[in-house]
Amino acid sequence: MSELLVSGGRVLDAAGERTADVRVVDGTVVEVGPGLSPGAGALVLDASGAIVTPGLVDLQVHFREPGREDAEDVEHGARAAALGGCTAVVCMPNTEPPLDDAAVVEAVLARGRRSACDVRVAGCITKGRAGRELAPLGELYDLGVRIFTDDGDCVADAGVMRRAFEYASALPGAVLAQHAEDPALVRGGHMNEGEWSARLGIPGRPAEAESTIVARDLALARLTGGRYHVLHLSSAQSAQLVREARAQGVRVTAECTPQHLVLTDEACATFDPVFKMNPPLRTARDVEALRGALADGTIDAIATDHAPHAPETKEQPFEEAPPGMLGVETALAVVWTTLVEPGVVSPARALEALSWAPARIAGLDAAGHGGPVEPGRPANLCVFDPAHSWVVDAHALASKSRNTPWEGWKLTGKVRHTILRGRPTVRDGALA
Amino acid sequence: MTARPQPAPTSDPPGPGAGGVVRPGPVVLRSRVFDADTLRRAVARIAHEIVERNHGAGHVVLVGLYTRGVALARRLAAAIAGFEGVEVPVGALDVAFYRDDIGLRPVAPLGPTEVPDVSGRVVVLVDDVLFTGRTARAALDALLELGRPRAVQLAVLVDRGHRELPIRADYVGKNLPTKVTEDVRVRLAETDDGPDGVEIWGPEGGEG
Amino acid sequence: MKHLLSVDDFADRPAIEAMLDLTERFVAVSRREIRKVPALRGRTVVSLFFEESTRTRLSFETAAKRLSADVMTFSVASSSVKKGESLLDTVRTIEAMGVDAVVVRHSAAGAAARVASWTGASVVNAGDGRHEHPTQALLDAYTLRSHRGPSLDGCRVAIVGDVRNSRVARSDVKMFHALGCEITLVGPPTLLPERLGGWPVTVAHDLDEVCGEVDVLYMLRIQRERIDQACFPSLREYASRWGLTPARMARCKPDTLVMHPGPMNRGIEIAAEVADSARSLVAEQVANGVAVRMAVLWTLLGAGGTVV
Repeated sequence: MSELLVSGGRVLDAAGERTADVRVVDGTVVEVGPGLSPGAGALVLDASGAIVTPGLVDLQVHFREPGREDAEDVEHGARAAALGGCTAVVCMPNTEPPLDDAAVVEAVLARGRRSACDVRVAGCITKGRAGRELAPLGELYDLGVRIFTDDGDCVADAGVMRRAFEYASALPGAVLAQHAEDPALVRGGHMNEGEWSARLGIPGRPAEAESTIVARDLALARLTGGRYHVLHLSSAQSAQLVREARAQGVRVTAECTPQHLVLTDEACATFDPVFKMNPPLRTARDVEALRGALADGTIDAIATDHAPHAPETKEQPFEEAPPGMLGVETALAVVWTTLVEPGVVSPARALEALSWAPARIAGLDAAGHGGPVEPGRPANLCVFDPAHSWVVDAHALASKSRNTPWEGWKLTGKVRHTILRGRPTVRDGALA
Repeated sequence: MTARPQPAPTSDPPGPGAGGVVRPGPVVLRSRVFDADTLRRAVARIAHEIVERNHGAGHVVLVGLYTRGVALARRLAAAIAGFEGVEVPVGALDVAFYRDDIGLRPVAPLGPTEVPDVSGRVVVLVDDVLFTGRTARAALDALLELGRPRAVQLAVLVDRGHRELPIRADYVGKNLPTKVTEDVRVRLAETDDGPDGVEIWGPEGGEG
Repeated sequence: MKHLLSVDDFADRPAIEAMLDLTERFVAVSRREIRKVPALRGRTVVSLFFEESTRTRLSFETAAKRLSADVMTFSVASSSVKKGESLLDTVRTIEAMGVDAVVVRHSAAGAAARVASWTGASVVNAGDGRHEHPTQALLDAYTLRSHRGPSLDGCRVAIVGDVRNSRVARSDVKMFHALGCEITLVGPPTLLPERLGGWPVTVAHDLDEVCGEVDVLYMLRIQRERIDQACFPSLREYASRWGLTPARMARCKPDTLVMHPGPMNRGIEIAAEVADSARSLVAEQVANGVAVRMAVLWTLLGAGGTVV
C-alpha cells in the first residue's frame, strides 16, 4: 500500500472550493477533508497557499510524433504538459504519417503509456487529411479515439463533412473537431486580415474564413444531429454563432487558446514568426469577445494548440515560417495572470475550462480526469501556487522547441505538484 | 581647421591623431589675437603675396574650404580685384567624403562643392586655421579628382602648429603658438555673429 | 540611424529632407568625371538578394562602389539557401566574413527587419515582400522634389494600380504624406488594401475622375498573375479602366507629371507614348537611384561616426 497526502491546500473542483487535505492510497483518492494526518510512510506533498484541482486536460497539442521528432516528441511534450499541470492531453493527428491508421495510433498511444501524463490522440476525419475519403473512424474509435479532426487543415468539402457527421453519430461519445478556416479564403494568407495586415503588407486570413465554416458546420450538425467541436475558435463572429446554435440545441462545444484570449494581430508587426499561428491572432475586439464567450460558457474549454517548431524553421521571415506556438507548459499561468487576476473569469471558471470541461468533451472524465476530487476517483491532481511569480524563459521550458510567444513575460501562478494516478509527475515545480 | 565651440563636424580633432578630447571643465576666452583691422590687413597681405608669387593672378583659382575658408577665398578675390584688376575665379570645396576620420566621429557635408575648371591653373586652397593638416590632406584629394591643376598652394589665416602630416602653408596670416587643449576661433562677418576676429579659448584655470 | 528598414525609420520630415539634401551632394558627385569618393574606403557592403532584381542590385552596388566600399554579392541561386538553410544561418555566414552593411531584398515582408535583429551590421531594406521599399520612396521623393520642390506641400499625387501587393506604394504613401502631399489611391477594389484604417489617403476607383485633378500620376506595375487570382478580368479591361493612355493624359493638367517604379508594362498600366513623353520622370527616377542609395549608405556607415 502506498499513501500520498496533499496537505494544507484549498481544493477547487466542479463541486466548489473548500479547505481540505487529500489522502490518496494506491492511486485513488480515499479521503478529502481538513486536518488529515499522514499515515506511516506516507509521502506528504505540501499544498500550503496552493490550490488543489483536478489535473488539467489539454484538448489540443502537437507532440509531432511520428515524423518531426526534432521539434517535439511524446516524451518531451508530456513532460512539458505535466509541468503545466496536465494529467491528460489529446495529440492532434497532423503528423507524418498522419493518425489515420490504427497501427500509427497504437504506436503513439504506446509511447504515451511511458510518459509523464496520459497521452490520447485525435484521429483523422479523412484519409491522409486530404478531405476526400473517410479515415477508419470505427477502427480508431475501438482504440479509444473520441475526437476526430483533420487539424491543420479544414475539412473543406461540405459533403464529406456531412457524411462524417452521419457516420460518427453511430459512435457514442465521438465528436468531430474542425480547424475552421476555409482554405479558399485563407490561401496565401499568413496573419489576420485587418488593418495590421494591410499596413505590414502580409496577406491576410479573414475572420470570415472561420465563421463561414463554423456556420456551415453548425448547420450540418443540426442536420445530422452530430456532435461538433470548434478547435481554437478565434473570432467574435464565430463565438456568436456557437452561442446561438447552442441555444437552439445544436450539440456544439468550443475551445479557445490562451494566445487568442490575450494577444492580437498587432504582435505580428514585429515580423517575428513566433506570433504566427492558424487561425491567426485577431483584433482586440475579438479578444474582448472571446473573453466574454469564455466567461459565459460559450467557449467551453481552453486548449493550447501546443505547436512546437524546430528553431531553424522559425528563423525565417514571417511568411515563410510555419504557424504555431508552444503553450502547454504556460497555459495555466497565462490564464491566471491575464484572465483570473484581472477578474475576467473566476478561478472556478478558469479551472473548469482547463480541466473538467475538456475532460468531458474528450470523454476523459470516464478515465478519471477532470475530477471531482472525491473518494473513489483516480488521483489525477494539479497543485499550483496562485501567487508564485516567474518569468518565462524559452530555454528553460521542457519542450524540445523554443517558440513560445510568452518569452520574457512575468506570470503569476505556477504548478507545484502534478499527480497522475497517485504518482507525482511534478514535485515542487520540477519533474519527479 | 580649428576646433570650434559650436558643433563643427569637419574640424580637426584637437588631440594628436585622436578622435576628440573630453575637456574636463568649461572653456574660457584666453586672448584676442586679431581684431577686424588686423584681420583685414592679413587678408590684404596674403592677397598681395599670392599675386606676387604667381607673377600675377591670371592663372590663379581660389578654392575655399567650407565654411570660413569659402568666405576668406571670396575676400581674397575681392582684394585681388581691387589692386590688380583681375577677377580671380572662386570655388568652394567640401571635404566631408575625403576625410580620414569617417566612422570615428560624426561627419556631415557642409555645402555643395562648386569648383571652376582647375586644369592647368594654380589653385590656392584657402582655410581659416591650419592645425593637424588632415583637412588640407583631404582637400588635396578632393581637389585632384576635379581636375589636374598646374600647382596647388595653401593659404591660411592662422597656423597654430601641431601638424600631424607633412603639410605646410604657402601663405600664413599669422603663426600662432597654441596648446593642443586650446581652441582657435576665427569669426567672420559672413559666417558668424559680430565683428571679425581671432580668439584663443582654453580650459578654465589653466596656465595662460 | 543604424538601419533603413522602413520610411518610419525617419524620425520626422526634417530627417527625410536632410536625406534628400544629402542626395543632392551625391548627384553632384555622379555628374563629375570621376564619379567616386573615398568616403567608405575599407567598408564592406554585401547585397543579399533572395529575389532577383538586377536593377535594384546594380543600383545599390554602384552606389557602394562610388563610395569606395568593397561590395560582395550574395546570390541566392548559387547559395545554400536553396538547400534549406535558414535566414539566420545565412546572416551568420555573411556576418562571419565581416561586413558593415547588408542590403536585403526578399519576397517576404519583414525579412530585412529579421536580418537587422540578428546582425551588428547596418541593414538596408531593398524591398521586402509587399511591405516596404524605402529607397524607392526616397528616390521618388527626390525626383519629384527636383521638379516641384523644394516643398511638396499640397502636391496632389494619385497612386494607381495594385496598391494591395505593392511595397513601393506602402513606402511612397508614408513618404509623400510625410512631405505634405495629398494622396489618392486609385484602382479596382480587388487591388486596394482590404482595410485602410490609419492610411492618410483618399480612395477612388475611377481614374478618369482623378486624373484631371492631380499633379502626379504614380503608376504601379500590374502583374498578369492577378488575373488568376480573380482580381480583374483581363489586361485589356485593366488597361482601358486603369491604364494611363494618351487620351487620359490629354485630360490631365498640362503640368501633370508621370512616375513609375519600373519595370513598366508598356501598353498596360502605361502607354508607351506616355512613358516616353516629356512629362514622364521614369528615366530620372532610375538615374537618381544611385545617388539616393549613396546618401543612405553614407548616412548609415559614414556620417554617424561609430567605430565598429
